[in-house]
Amino acid sequence: MDSAYRAVLASRMRSQRSYRTNFRLDIASSTLIGLIELAEIWVLFHAVGVLGGYSFKEILLVYGIADLCFSLADLVVGHCDNLPTYLRAGTLDVFYLRPQPILAQLITSDISLKRLSRAAVAATCIVVALWLNDIDWTAAKVLLLVLSLVSATLIFTAQYIAAAGLQFFLINGAEATNAFVYGGRYASTQVASVWTNPLKVIFGFVFPMAFAAFIPSLWLLDKPGPAMFPSWLAWATPVMAAWSWGVAMLCWRWGLRHYQGGGG
Amino acid sequence: MSSLAWQPYWRLFLGGIRQQATYRLAMLGGLIANATFGFLKTAILSATVVAGGGVVGGYDGAMMATYVWVGQGLLGSLNLNGRLDLATRIKSGEVTTDFLRPIDVQGATVATELGKAVYALLPRGVPSVLIGALFVGMGAPSSLSTWLLSVVSLVLGLIVSQTTVYVLATVAFWLIELRGLQTMYMMLSGFLAGLFVPVSLFPGWLEAIAHATPFPSMMQYPIDIFTGHGGVERVAAQVFWLIVTWMAGAALTRAGRKKLEIQGG
Repeated sequence: MDSAYRAVLASRMRSQRSYRTNFRLDIASSTLIGLIELAEIWVLFHAVGVLGGYSFKEILLVYGIADLCFSLADLVVGHCDNLPTYLRAGTLDVFYLRPQPILAQLITSDISLKRLSRAAVAATCIVVALWLNDIDWTAAKVLLLVLSLVSATLIFTAQYIAAAGLQFFLINGAEATNAFVYGGRYASTQVASVWTNPLKVIFGFVFPMAFAAFIPSLWLLDKPGPAMFPSWLAWATPVMAAWSWGVAMLCWRWGLRHYQGGGG
Repeated sequence: MSSLAWQPYWRLFLGGIRQQATYRLAMLGGLIANATFGFLKTAILSATVVAGGGVVGGYDGAMMATYVWVGQGLLGSLNLNGRLDLATRIKSGEVTTDFLRPIDVQGATVATELGKAVYALLPRGVPSVLIGALFVGMGAPSSLSTWLLSVVSLVLGLIVSQTTVYVLATVAFWLIELRGLQTMYMMLSGFLAGLFVPVSLFPGWLEAIAHATPFPSMMQYPIDIFTGHGGVERVAAQVFWLIVTWMAGAALTRAGRKKLEIQGG
């Protein structure tokens, strides 16, 4: 299994390098994605200075953690977005013929290297943010940082897999799941203290985007949390990751059972 | 031009409307995504207005909400992702059959896409504005002339969005694989069109860059007119960009066609 996975990855890398100009443009454009999304946040903070109790150097930490983990999740499972295309073309039926779990095959079907460059932008943000913010480091804070990086990546992968499971029903309604996959990513980079109560419930606890970076940042930066998000909740990130994965597996199994085959 | 010459393009426009009408579930999905982003954007931009002391970049709370929800409503009708069937047809070589037809490829593409765009205003544009009005409260122009100018500007915005993407698609004659450029287009167009932050909130130098591109013509200018932040000069800028992008698209189509003929495509 391991050597097979490596062979698949190697072939993916070769195939992506074959259109050289496009590959370079791919790398450049995904770097640009990271920079422009950062610019969107910067423009707001540049206009008013402090938003929801956060300054730009503080939100940089939230953005960095959220975007690094989202990029990693996107790298590993982002192409689950292609499921509707596979469903329409009947390609998914081929996956049934092989002796591996469907989800595992879907995940290895396309690893896109360009996504690494965006992760690099986000990682740089974290490093800069940790350097700019005067953090009073303790062993607990190091542990929390590691814990939230792992949990956030798990939370984002879970959203992709839940969305893929629902695609079996929606096929042409992919944009509905974009609401929590990409809307969720957007939410995860925000100062969640500015949200209205319904948003806090939806993106705080149902799709736990505030737990990806904002809530851990409260604890790392020694800030008191807003209503509904006390900073000690930072330690609940693994629980929220587990919750996300539970929902994702339910959606995926439910979708797979619903699938009748392309009739090919 | 005689009315007969317009007929095929009118048919393609209506065809675009029909094509889009079959994707009902997709429209509902789009609306859900629009609304989700709308509520998140409202939260962060309202907080920005409060932090700015009640007015920021010329927007007060109600005007900012209008900016968010009218923008979300336009989103389904604007091509801000850079994707166009034409690019795929160039890559596969199918475009050669398009050239054999007696109608202009550029005119036909823009007419079809415009049909889709106009249709999308109904299931995505109108409900999005209604949700905004219902849950957040927004402002609206009081004079009839502003309403009329808004409609003109809206239509121009939809067309400029298509003529600009058309220019991008013709690059496929030379580059074949456009994915990288399309991603780049997606990011730049949204940012510079004023999708996430109104262009008037940009620092001066960045605002100048934005106004030097066709992107604000697609979204920011129609919203500017609707919210009373601009007038006829905005429409003039839209017409300017419509002419520039149309001519660029036409020139690139001619050059691309010549390239195909030389290669014997």
